[in-house]
Amino acid sequence: MDLNEIQINLLDNIIDGHNITEGAYNIRSDSKSIGRSSTKDVDIIPKSDGTGLDIFIKPGVKKASVHIPVIMTQSGLKETVYNDFYVGDGAQADIIAGCGINNCGCDDSEHDGVHRFFVGKNASITYSEKHYGDGNGVGKRILNPITEVYMEENSYVEMEMIQIKGVDDTKRTTVADLKEGAKLVVRERLMTHGDQNAVSVYTVNLNGRGSTADIVSRGVARDNSYQRLDLKIAGNAECKGHTECDSIIMDNGKILAIPALEANSTEASLVHEAAIGKIAGEQLIKLMTLGLTEGEAEEQIINGFLR
Amino acid sequence: MLKIKNLSFAVDNSGKKKEIIRNINLEIPDGQLYVITGPNGGGKSTLAKLIAGIEKPTSGEIWFNGENITEKSITERAKTGIGFAFQQPVRFKGLQVLDLIRLATGKNLNVSEACEYLSLVGLCAKEYIHREINSSLSGGELKRIEIATVLARGSMLTLFDEPEAGIDLWSFSNLIDVFKRQREEIKDRSILIISHQERILNIADKIIILKDGTIDKIGKKDEIYPELTGSASPVDMCRGIRKGGVN
Repeated sequence: MDLNEIQINLLDNIIDGHNITEGAYNIRSDSKSIGRSSTKDVDIIPKSDGTGLDIFIKPGVKKASVHIPVIMTQSGLKETVYNDFYVGDGAQADIIAGCGINNCGCDDSEHDGVHRFFVGKNASITYSEKHYGDGNGVGKRILNPITEVYMEENSYVEMEMIQIKGVDDTKRTTVADLKEGAKLVVRERLMTHGDQNAVSVYTVNLNGRGSTADIVSRGVARDNSYQRLDLKIAGNAECKGHTECDSIIMDNGKILAIPALEANSTEASLVHEAAIGKIAGEQLIKLMTLGLTEGEAEEQIINGFLR
Repeated sequence: MLKIKNLSFAVDNSGKKKEIIRNINLEIPDGQLYVITGPNGGGKSTLAKLIAGIEKPTSGEIWFNGENITEKSITERAKTGIGFAFQQPVRFKGLQVLDLIRLATGKNLNVSEACEYLSLVGLCAKEYIHREINSSLSGGELKRIEIATVLARGSMLTLFDEPEAGIDLWSFSNLIDVFKRQREEIKDRSILIISHQERILNIADKIIILKDGTIDKIGKKDEIYPELTGSASPVDMCRGIRKGGVN
């Protein structure tokens, strides 16, 4: 697989390295697959209508690995891709996705990825999704991911959703339905700067007895950027749900956090925490007493916060 | 050597000027461990913050190793060789103990190197090195991590603001050992500790009593200590001040 410098940089940013040395993968670049491989544990099959992929993780497999990065380097390209993950009962897998857009032109580039996860009984997956944009064009870099998670009994899903930088506009929509004993953990990190706009909406339905969800979103809004975070958990049975929305606001940034808890069962236990504020002065002072400049201290605090 | 010349610091208190530090002159030579003590509200922490650059004096000068650092920033003073351990350590969401120790040393230490500094303050290093410096840590744990980072920095002059505050008895004994070791290995460095603790006062080369923003007394521990542990209880000191007509 021959990759140019831009493609390598994008992959390095979204999947921490452009060489995928293990597991199943599909690399999509400018609306075409430029590399694909299935394994004995994971089948990656293009949908017959060409709109995306069906990914089958076989029941009972251990430590299966799947990479499905998307990169875009053509200005003006717009696409919607549908990827469905079928995780067999008792399977364990690490899924690494993400999208990087390099836009050096005048037209907007947009990738809307719709990922659906059908997670079987007792299955366990980790899902990492990083979004990144660069390029010096005036065209916007737009990413609108939709993530739907359907969890069977006693399944476990851990999701790391990260927007690193350079994404001008995003609407992130995540929906999860959990059956009995299922557990969902989400760690979202959002960085916006310049005039960027980010909206992140979570709707988690705890339908099964003993289901749990822990959703933590951390964001940093710099310059003139805007973030809106809608985090909703509905408890429809004996369940536990926790959401935390924690944000740092800088410069002329704006953040709107809208927590919502809906208890439809007396046995539902739901908690929300939210905090928005600037970097605490004493944090800066502490790091300055260690010899960092104010700017260096700020970067360290933000990098740690968004880790 | 640290030299403080005619240092004053005042704040605005409902339109009235309130002097916290009043015309202090002080020298802390290299190779010495000084302890500042005195009643609450006497200006001890403020003096330490003035030395570290966290507060700016109203008047006077601060010299360090022959250089006037009065106008220097916190960062510049840290780079010049002044370290500061906070009385109330700061929490950071996301930053780990390892990060803070690396920042303190300015080196990309490996885990075992960084762990040595935690061991110095009696923490089981492996348990703490990757912990976030957040609300999951107790006040005492935070305090010891704070002291570890300042030791890691290895400054020419290190200021400790009430290092004993919030620390349990066992850890306090460990802390005394740390300061004793620091005292033995001090060479051309110097240490200034703000403390009310007898065991810390005991290891001082000199003790300074700061009261009402001025140096009430300064001397060797044998000269100062009996006065502190004798009849001069805070109430007596207060009575003494009233008799003197200050209030």
